[in-house]
Amino acid sequence: MNASEQPLILALVALALSFGIGAIIVSRRSSRGRAPLSLSPEIEVLDAEVSSNAEQVVKAEEVVAVIEPPNLRSSISRARSLFYTAFSGIRSRNTIDDSTWQELEDTLIRADVGVHLAQALIAPLREQVREKKITTPEVLIDALREMMKQQLSKADRSLRIDLTASPSVWLFVGVNGVGKTTTIGKVGAAQTAQGRTVLMAAGDTFRAAAAEQLQTWAERAGAEFVRGSEGGDPASVIFDGIQSAAARGIDLVLGDTAGRLQNKSNLMDELRKVRRVADKGLGSVTEVLLVIDATTGQNGLVQAREFAAATDVTGVVLTKLDGSAKGGIVFAIETEMGIPVKLVGLGETVLDLVPFVPAEFVDALCE
Amino acid sequence: MFDSLSERLQSIVKRVRGKGRLTEADVDEVLAEIRTALLEADVNVGVVRDVTARIREQAVGADVSQALDPGQQVVKIVNAELVSMLGGETLKINYASHPPTVVLMAGLQGSGKTTSAAKLARWFKSQGRQPLLVGADLQRPAAVEQLRTLGNQIGVAVFSEPGDPVTTATRGLAEAKRLGKDVLIVDTAGRLSIDVDMMQQVADISSAVKPNYTFLVVDAMTGQDAVGVAQAFHETLAIDGVILSKLDGDARGGAALSVKHVIGKPIAFAATGERIDAFEQFHPDRMAGRILGMGDMLTLIEQAEQVFEKDDAEQTAARMLEGQFTLEDFLAQLQQLKKMGPLSGVMGMIPGMPKEMKDAQIGDDQVTLTEAIIRSMTPGERARPEMINGSRRSRIALGSGTQVADVNRLVKQFSEMQKMMKKMGAMSQGRAGKNSKNSKRKGKDSNLSSKATMRQMGDMLGGSGLPGVPGGPPRGGFPNFPNFPN
Repeated sequence: MNASEQPLILALVALALSFGIGAIIVSRRSSRGRAPLSLSPEIEVLDAEVSSNAEQVVKAEEVVAVIEPPNLRSSISRARSLFYTAFSGIRSRNTIDDSTWQELEDTLIRADVGVHLAQALIAPLREQVREKKITTPEVLIDALREMMKQQLSKADRSLRIDLTASPSVWLFVGVNGVGKTTTIGKVGAAQTAQGRTVLMAAGDTFRAAAAEQLQTWAERAGAEFVRGSEGGDPASVIFDGIQSAAARGIDLVLGDTAGRLQNKSNLMDELRKVRRVADKGLGSVTEVLLVIDATTGQNGLVQAREFAAATDVTGVVLTKLDGSAKGGIVFAIETEMGIPVKLVGLGETVLDLVPFVPAEFVDALCE
Repeated sequence: MFDSLSERLQSIVKRVRGKGRLTEADVDEVLAEIRTALLEADVNVGVVRDVTARIREQAVGADVSQALDPGQQVVKIVNAELVSMLGGETLKINYASHPPTVVLMAGLQGSGKTTSAAKLARWFKSQGRQPLLVGADLQRPAAVEQLRTLGNQIGVAVFSEPGDPVTTATRGLAEAKRLGKDVLIVDTAGRLSIDVDMMQQVADISSAVKPNYTFLVVDAMTGQDAVGVAQAFHETLAIDGVILSKLDGDARGGAALSVKHVIGKPIAFAATGERIDAFEQFHPDRMAGRILGMGDMLTLIEQAEQVFEKDDAEQTAARMLEGQFTLEDFLAQLQQLKKMGPLSGVMGMIPGMPKEMKDAQIGDDQVTLTEAIIRSMTPGERARPEMINGSRRSRIALGSGTQVADVNRLVKQFSEMQKMMKKMGAMSQGRAGKNSKNSKRKGKDSNLSSKATMRQMGDMLGGSGLPGVPGGPPRGGFPNFPNFPN
């Protein structure tokens, strides 16, 4: 009985919601760009101008040193051997029929490329097969591979250090458990090995013992280390780190942030603040790296979109590619959102973070 | 980013509506959409193939029921199938006759083992048990400190010592016995399923402590690889159940289905937030709707039920429909909504919520802002917002720390809402009779609803009739709510 009341209560909820939310959306729209209401728009606009000027300055000076990503080991080949050779089954076929297409699509999906992107990648190939430009599965896969490489060929994957800024700041952002802190440890080790002075700032003030974890990495890497109190303001920890690095003449600040799910708007606002404040110190933010776990599925696209909106992400670090996951989601992130993949994590030691090489990645995916 | 399945199915449903029987072509078309939805939710390709085959069997030739259109019917079949695949036997914890009951946590790096271990300990504590946590993750720097901090927060002792994880686990077991603890939870290091040495290590820990329950912690955001990982861990450790972590994100969580399907073990718990008490036993029926991208009605209803008090709801509903809804009522509703949890979560659970609203990031801080504005009004102003003139506006803006424009907007929107509700109140009298068939359909269709819940809902709203609304409450769809399900 009374099953019919269900729509009513939901409507009530929705009504209240829709009103509240309608108001909120409108106020949100009108106040986009000025985050807390207490800040007047003029101030924010001014800030925006200042920061865009600063960016131009950086560009004008041609970023004194565009450093190559740490070339630690050509260990992509190791990653390659870890990929399933799912495509070999297709290669060994004689003809291209419906099941070939299905298998090709499934294989791409299985690599977490995503159903829509997989279909989009295959569509032009179907055309070529129909026109008899491609007749064997072997050629088909080669064509797919070329196309994917082509799509990854244009990105700039260098990690930027602005030596005039001193310090340059790299921020690491991402959801929980992707390996931000570990990545910072490895990046720090690589940079100190190249003779740069590095400071790590423990901006993850939320997760228990995150600062201790980073401190361990800092000691291993021979980097300076700054932390705040647990539960403290992450923006101020990063800012302090930058100021302290500037005072000591340190080249590079690596800013850790707490993992956060991208649908937690208060936490994303906190991250926006970290990003904003990081630019107000003596240094300049030259990289914001989104760390993505290779096991991540289609939610990775949502992560990229939301984190990019909050912090102007400049690149992706793909971690845990030494597992059985293939990390195809970064292909989707780079091609659909234009955020280049810059680094790949292939293991737990400091030597296991390497530059992303698209050709190798695609070959590995299509073997 | 992804259109919800219900949105995408609408166009198909329109075309097949009116047919008496589902043809193969109809089913194929709908199934193609379902396949896409499942893949977008990260259900494993192989699992999707199984699911769609099963669904196809049931759907082709099925008589179209009087109540459901073919699209709805397929969705109903799919939902039922997913629920049964996700559910089956639920995990009932049988405590060991010789305590402690040993629980082993395993999983990939970053899946959330340490946090889940602490949350599980808290859950056992809430069941009247005395757990001991063992930190056997000696790999990741500061993992044990993290566990100790969490242990402190929940008042559960943590045992760990540097050196060898197997030894630590064994010593932890002895410690639990010595302290008379009845549950032992062993946190282990994250490991890749293809790392032979590390998998051997966790197998060694397992044979050392002989766990009664081995839980695999799976990140709700995991993609296609979830299947391979689960299989590998299951082969090594004989998994008893799965803990689904980070379910408070916006991932659709298809991994849950994949894992359940390949290892056949129940999903025992789900972590639904960062707070240590955000951890609950798993509800397969809700997960099915989420994977399909169709909202989470039951959770919403339950939350509403817990939060909205009966009398309040009744009175407010009546006043709403009579157009006597005031800002005071609205304030009360906002507060109750806030109790239901983060607003974005609530929004996500309403299927068919207009996309624009869903996409708009709504923070609870903004609800707070609206609240602040209303609170800065006098009782008179709350009852009759039209009396708010220029000087009152500036006073309210000042008092709530907002801009005059914000106050204006609120007042304007509120008056629009009042008008809309008056219209609805009038309409509900006209439509109630006409739509009774519709509402019956809703009752049958709703797999998610339990009878008990519905009864309570009914009671909550004061039986079948609402005061001041002859002919009962409005039924079926509401105007002004595009896509609101009916």
